[in-house]
Amino acid sequence: MSDALPLLRIRNLTTHLGSRQRPVRAVAGLDLDICQGETFALLGESGCGKSMAALSVMRLLPPSGRIVDGDILFGGSSLIDLEEREMRRLRGGRMGMIFQEPMTSLNAVLTIGDQIGEAVSLRDPGSRGKVRQRVMELLRAVGIPDPERRTNEYPHQLSGGMKQRVMIAIALAGRPELLIADEPTTALDVTIQAQVLSLLKDLQRRTGMAVLLITHDLGVVSQVADRVAVMYAGQIIEMTDRQRFFDQPTHPYSQKLFHSLPGREKQGSRLDVIKGSVPPLDQEFTRCRFLERCERAGEACTERAPVWQATGTRSGVRCLLIGQAQDADGHRAHRSPAVMQSRVTEDPPLLKVNDLRVHFPIHRGLLRRVVGYVKAVDGIDLSIYKGRTLALVGESGCGKTTAGKAILQLVKPTSGSALFGGHDLVKLRAAKLRRQRADLQIIFQDPVASMNPRMLVGDIVAEGLRAQMGEGKGAVLRERVLALLNQVGLPGDAVDRYPHEFSGGQRQRICIARALAVDPGFIVCDEPTSALDVSVQAQILNLLKDLQDQQGLSYLFITHNISVVSYLAHEVAVMYLGRIVEYGTVDEVLGAPRHPYTRALLSAVPTIDARDRREVIKLEGDMPSPANPPAGCHFHPRCPHAFERCLSHYPEPVKLSATRTVSCFVVEAERETRLQ
Amino acid sequence: MPQFVVLWTDALILLLVVLALGFARYAAGRPHLRGPWRRVVRSRVGMGTLVVLGFYLVVGLLDSVHFYPPASDDDISGQSAPGEVMSLFDSLVPELRMRRETTYSAPLATHLYAKETIELGDGTATRGFARLKFGGAHLTDPAVEKTGDLIRLSLSGLLKGVAFSLVVGNLILMFLAVRAGNSFGTQAKHVLSGRTEVPWRVVLSTLGLMFVLIFWSAELASKYHLLGTDKVGEDVFYQSLKSIRTGLVIGTLTTLVMLPVAVLLGIMAGYFRGWVDDVIQYVYTTLNSIPGVLLIAAAILMLQIYMSNHENEFNSLVERADLRLLFLCIILGITSWTGLCRLLRGEALKLREMEYVQAATAFGVGHLRIIVRHILPNVLHIVLIAVVLDFSGLVLAEAVLSYVNIGVDPTMDSWGNMINSARLEMAREPVVWWSLAAAMLFMFTLVLCANLFSDVVRDAFDPRLRDSR
Repeated sequence: MSDALPLLRIRNLTTHLGSRQRPVRAVAGLDLDICQGETFALLGESGCGKSMAALSVMRLLPPSGRIVDGDILFGGSSLIDLEEREMRRLRGGRMGMIFQEPMTSLNAVLTIGDQIGEAVSLRDPGSRGKVRQRVMELLRAVGIPDPERRTNEYPHQLSGGMKQRVMIAIALAGRPELLIADEPTTALDVTIQAQVLSLLKDLQRRTGMAVLLITHDLGVVSQVADRVAVMYAGQIIEMTDRQRFFDQPTHPYSQKLFHSLPGREKQGSRLDVIKGSVPPLDQEFTRCRFLERCERAGEACTERAPVWQATGTRSGVRCLLIGQAQDADGHRAHRSPAVMQSRVTEDPPLLKVNDLRVHFPIHRGLLRRVVGYVKAVDGIDLSIYKGRTLALVGESGCGKTTAGKAILQLVKPTSGSALFGGHDLVKLRAAKLRRQRADLQIIFQDPVASMNPRMLVGDIVAEGLRAQMGEGKGAVLRERVLALLNQVGLPGDAVDRYPHEFSGGQRQRICIARALAVDPGFIVCDEPTSALDVSVQAQILNLLKDLQDQQGLSYLFITHNISVVSYLAHEVAVMYLGRIVEYGTVDEVLGAPRHPYTRALLSAVPTIDARDRREVIKLEGDMPSPANPPAGCHFHPRCPHAFERCLSHYPEPVKLSATRTVSCFVVEAERETRLQ
Repeated sequence: MPQFVVLWTDALILLLVVLALGFARYAAGRPHLRGPWRRVVRSRVGMGTLVVLGFYLVVGLLDSVHFYPPASDDDISGQSAPGEVMSLFDSLVPELRMRRETTYSAPLATHLYAKETIELGDGTATRGFARLKFGGAHLTDPAVEKTGDLIRLSLSGLLKGVAFSLVVGNLILMFLAVRAGNSFGTQAKHVLSGRTEVPWRVVLSTLGLMFVLIFWSAELASKYHLLGTDKVGEDVFYQSLKSIRTGLVIGTLTTLVMLPVAVLLGIMAGYFRGWVDDVIQYVYTTLNSIPGVLLIAAAILMLQIYMSNHENEFNSLVERADLRLLFLCIILGITSWTGLCRLLRGEALKLREMEYVQAATAFGVGHLRIIVRHILPNVLHIVLIAVVLDFSGLVLAEAVLSYVNIGVDPTMDSWGNMINSARLEMAREPVVWWSLAAAMLFMFTLVLCANLFSDVVRDAFDPRLRDSR
């Protein structure tokens, strides 16, 4: 240790949850140091104990949790045996915390000025005027425009990104030396995430505070972290500085994490997956915790648990294989020859969507009169071909999910048509539509919410079969269900179990099996992997890809995750405020984006490759409300290139190639100058 | 062979028991229902109150088997007037029922409570406290012997109670030992140190306490009026026991009446939305804005007029009183379904947006099937909690309604009627307090147990509390 004591030093922190007889060992012997002014990222999948570690530091564990062992030194003094009264002064003072969900962290009935003011007057009590002045200062510090007006607003009047800024302002009120940020951007869109991350970085530069950043997102880590610690099953398995971590991850788990990330260069090949899932933490580990999922595990790994091996002053790894030779490449990608066939344009599209609109009426007043419409989907055209994937990309609230549901008639479209197999789905009668539904299926984002918790998995999978083919014979039905479960890689005994007995990835498999049951030709995948961990996401993406190859399925893949798009999709449609702004093949749109929004969106996506750091095009403000879209081009208030015409007219789609259209006056003008 | 009579409420109670058993079978096969119940069974408060509620239930059920007593059986003593319906419970405690004094007497008294003119053997009359016909009739000189006799009876009752509890407790222990495959000694040690999953120690001690209480009161009640007598000389202890059935019927049958309506309409309103929702909401807001008591009063008064106009349609007083009780249940049900309905509407509104409901729609599953398979099982826990919570409220409501004379039939024993009559008794000098006290005691015990039990049930079914335990 070269310098003085670090700001936060954790030694052998052990936190247990639940009963004493069979505790869940959420944190098992955590050691880490965080220095002044440093951003320390704690990276890990869900359930690996990273949040519990942070809550232990704040001593805010849930009632069933307790710190069993270890010491936490903050600025030289131990927090473990500090009195609750002292601890309270520390929390929100020298130690601030922000949480993942800004919606639930703010009190809905107090103005944000009051809420920040509360924190301010607690920390530096003074006259009202002074408090107000400090509130303004804080609001300005977190980059909230027009703070005088904003102080009097209520949380519901602010967007998600704004709320997270307010949360940061509250945390800053105590002038913290350490800010614990628990997944601060997970609930936010990429463009907003970029804003919040650069704000955090900026504040850190100005105030010199240390940040403990808890995240599961490698991209976020690469953007802001100085040091990285990877947590797995309650332990830190690798700790190093960012550069080394991204250049040369040492632990097999870290390596796997990188390889399982989808991306463009992996298109056409299978993703590397980490098999299985995190082991349950209610056991005593005598062997390596990663053993069952590790491909390189050898004899030694089964015999003892690996100990921490320092590889530098503040870095190390917990693996017995360190120093042993490994495959030259490190990742044994099963590269199959790229099977990207070019589109056979003569084929008519499987599904053709024309000018689809979904407007939700806004009722107001005593008589519930319609005073306006939320134009969730405002005239979109899509064509989806057999065996191909169209990705619908956009930020939350742009209407992409509504569009997917409207195509399936789960939401009644206001106008437009969706031609499938010679029928217009919009105009089909109920009975006929019910039969047609077998061809069109949907997979939802949240596998927990998309299965009835009261039903057996067998019944869930068989539901579609029963609805489409009648009750049928029990034995035949069961056989078919077993075949389906087998197809998605689940054991047959899953039939008689309940959904809650399965992990997130397995549940998503069940959902896929359920959709496949009725033999559909077209599946809407509504963010099917965004609730899953990276390693599990790769399993699901592989499965979807295999199914497409084997059965010629077509997907409408709704997502905000660009890397998934670049891996899986053939065509991309970028949506903004109910309309498609750019549409083309994946190479065209992601390779050379033309629409200013697409460009900003792509630049905001954090990349894990530090050398490939792009200039982030910062978008000002948030997406406007679809109830009251801006006149002219919907994007013009945030567009850096907007000119006069954008304020009054909505640009017509410009055809740039056989497959590509862009709706932008700038692009149109450029093309015209080139043509002339 | 006695001729059985099935009253309306008896039939419905039977139906309820069948439904409860059916539900238990259904729940046993489903972990999401079995789990919370297991948590109830493992809670000390839950099991303790369950035992007490069990005793109430046994009395109530025994009191719900009605028959005409066989004429040949006991016609000499004239135990029952011809045409009078008796319940199984009545036949178990004939002394309580038949030993009727002339008017008020205090608990455990040997003389009447008020002075009256007594005709002496020689024809002269004097004013004084007359001896009771039954209470302490075996004593020759009550003033001297009573205290000793009471102590003797109490002791023998307590002893019998303890002995019986020990026998039952050991039998249960033996059963547990056999089931767990332990020796009797170890099982007993486990139970007594409270190390079993189900808190058998609590169960056994509550059982023991109840048995001791029962034997003690049975012993005393065999010679005295344990809780005194009322204005017409009827035993108050007997009345209190008979009232149990009334209370239970009101508390349970009302929910049976309202449940289908509340569940169906609530789910329909939330699931279909649109005009269906509008109509149902309109109905229940309208119903809610009429004062419930007014509606009940109107219905009961109408029923009274109907019954007095068609007196010959009823075979007995009991049948008449029973019909009124049933109507009270129905009208209470009609006024009380709105709360649950509103709750279920909100829940269905939430559930219909759940992705599994949308997935079902995407399969072309019909509305009815979606409601039965997806919505109903997911609101069942709310229904259960509502039923248990409503129970004690309804028992209390009966007391209030009877107090203002729109409750059960005045001839029917109920805590409400007892309290109602206490209105006059409290104004007497000296005060007659025991009717009120007895009704309060019995009602209090039942409602307290029901409330504690429902708290346990609610906690067990509340997913938010599940993890913190």
